Amino acid sequence: MSPRRVAVTGIGVFCASGKNRRRFWEALTSGRSAIGPIEGFGELRFPNGAQIRDYCPLDQFSEKEADFLDPFAQYALIAAREAVAAAGIQWTAQLRRQTGVITGSCVGGKLTEDRAFRELYEEKKTRFHPMIIPRTMANAGASAITMEFGLTGASFTISTACSSANHSLAQAFWLVRQGSLEMAIAGGSEAPFTTAHLKAWEALRVMSPDTCRPFSKDRRGMILGEGAAMLVLEPLAAAKARGATVYAELAGAGMNADAHHITQPSVEGAARAMELALADGGVPADAVGYINAHGTGTPANDPVESKAIRRLFGAHADRIAVSSTKSMHGHGLGAAGAIEAAATVSALDTGVLPPTANYTTPDPECDLDVIPNEARRAEIEYALSNSFAFGGLNAVLAFRRYNP
Amino acid sequence: MPESILERVIRVIASAQHMPPEEIHPGSTFEELGIDSLDGINIVFALENEFDVNIPDEAAKSIRGVGDIVQGIDKLLAEKQGPSG
Repeated sequence: MSPRRVAVTGIGVFCASGKNRRRFWEALTSGRSAIGPIEGFGELRFPNGAQIRDYCPLDQFSEKEADFLDPFAQYALIAAREAVAAAGIQWTAQLRRQTGVITGSCVGGKLTEDRAFRELYEEKKTRFHPMIIPRTMANAGASAITMEFGLTGASFTISTACSSANHSLAQAFWLVRQGSLEMAIAGGSEAPFTTAHLKAWEALRVMSPDTCRPFSKDRRGMILGEGAAMLVLEPLAAAKARGATVYAELAGAGMNADAHHITQPSVEGAARAMELALADGGVPADAVGYINAHGTGTPANDPVESKAIRRLFGAHADRIAVSSTKSMHGHGLGAAGAIEAAATVSALDTGVLPPTANYTTPDPECDLDVIPNEARRAEIEYALSNSFAFGGLNAVLAFRRYNP
Repeated sequence: MPESILERVIRVIASAQHMPPEEIHPGSTFEELGIDSLDGINIVFALENEFDVNIPDEAAKSIRGVGDIVQGIDKLLAEKQGPSG
């Protein structure tokens, strides 16, 4: 018996580029970057980020719900609500038992933690707010989603730095494909804009002093983003039976470890992760037409990722369009893979490839077709979405255009 | 008239629960007010700050309603003041 095919039937996005999927996709296909001045955190060597502007939790939650949820968990729930609504799910008791929620988060409830620690160390308060533990735990978003919809299937959170959401989507995909779940809500969320966390990124000296220019010769580093994206995954047969809109298929997933360096990427590891995703989905390498790159815009990542693509695809690499949408929505850390999966699925669904924004100058070290600055129409059969985390933990997703 | 302990307790519960103070009465139980154990912990934290007292874990666990709180706070404030006379 051939394995079940898995469909993406719902997408929700909440990030600096757009507070829902439609606005997000409009921004990305217009090549519009959401990167701007970081507000409210004092002096930093990197002045810009992709922050969600004008966020008011009480537009989305009751006061009491907001009390219990750090912004990173709020974002997860907002994206899940949109994805579930888009999927048009009719919940039954049985479906609720067979649906799981799998989320990624790199840093958990940093905002809550930062405020609490400031109260303790700086303001010398002796009492801690009782909600700090439930607000900061990395699974807070997943738990909130299970409670909102009454979902009792296998649910958990994966933390693998910048690959967290891709690992989560891959795991959810496998659980649905093998029949352990009949539906999954999977993705990632992150709210990393806090004073201490920004200073920690500053200290690592990987942040761009201007903007994020992936694959461009004048790139100077990464730009932090925030937000969430969630996908609804279900067996293709079930989606067809209930007449759901299928945005794309999730065809394969690959994971591996570089076992190389805590921050430096590896050509071999990245190439192997992509190769594993192709093998897992039975995807012919020459059918891949688009790659949503990890593309952080750091001097180290982009040439390594370019070489990995060349190593794996050989001459076909010249026929693959590659873009980094981090140039627009920033690096969402534990949400990155989910936001980029939403972009990749939307590209297959609409036949428009999002560009690499802020691109100025070709770099011979990154000699790929990087879709500079302007979106492009292209009907693509298969697309990859790459995540290569600090610590060398890689996860790659292979999506397929849905041909009814 | 300064605010009484009862009035302050009701204000703290109303604020922690995001509910109108008019719905809280001297005899209200947590159960009646829909306050679960986690809400209770939040209210204890807010009371500690309001009255600048430390509410021991055992006392916190035994709270069932507004009456228990007022009684307990009275006792803690008296202990804080030390023996009178």
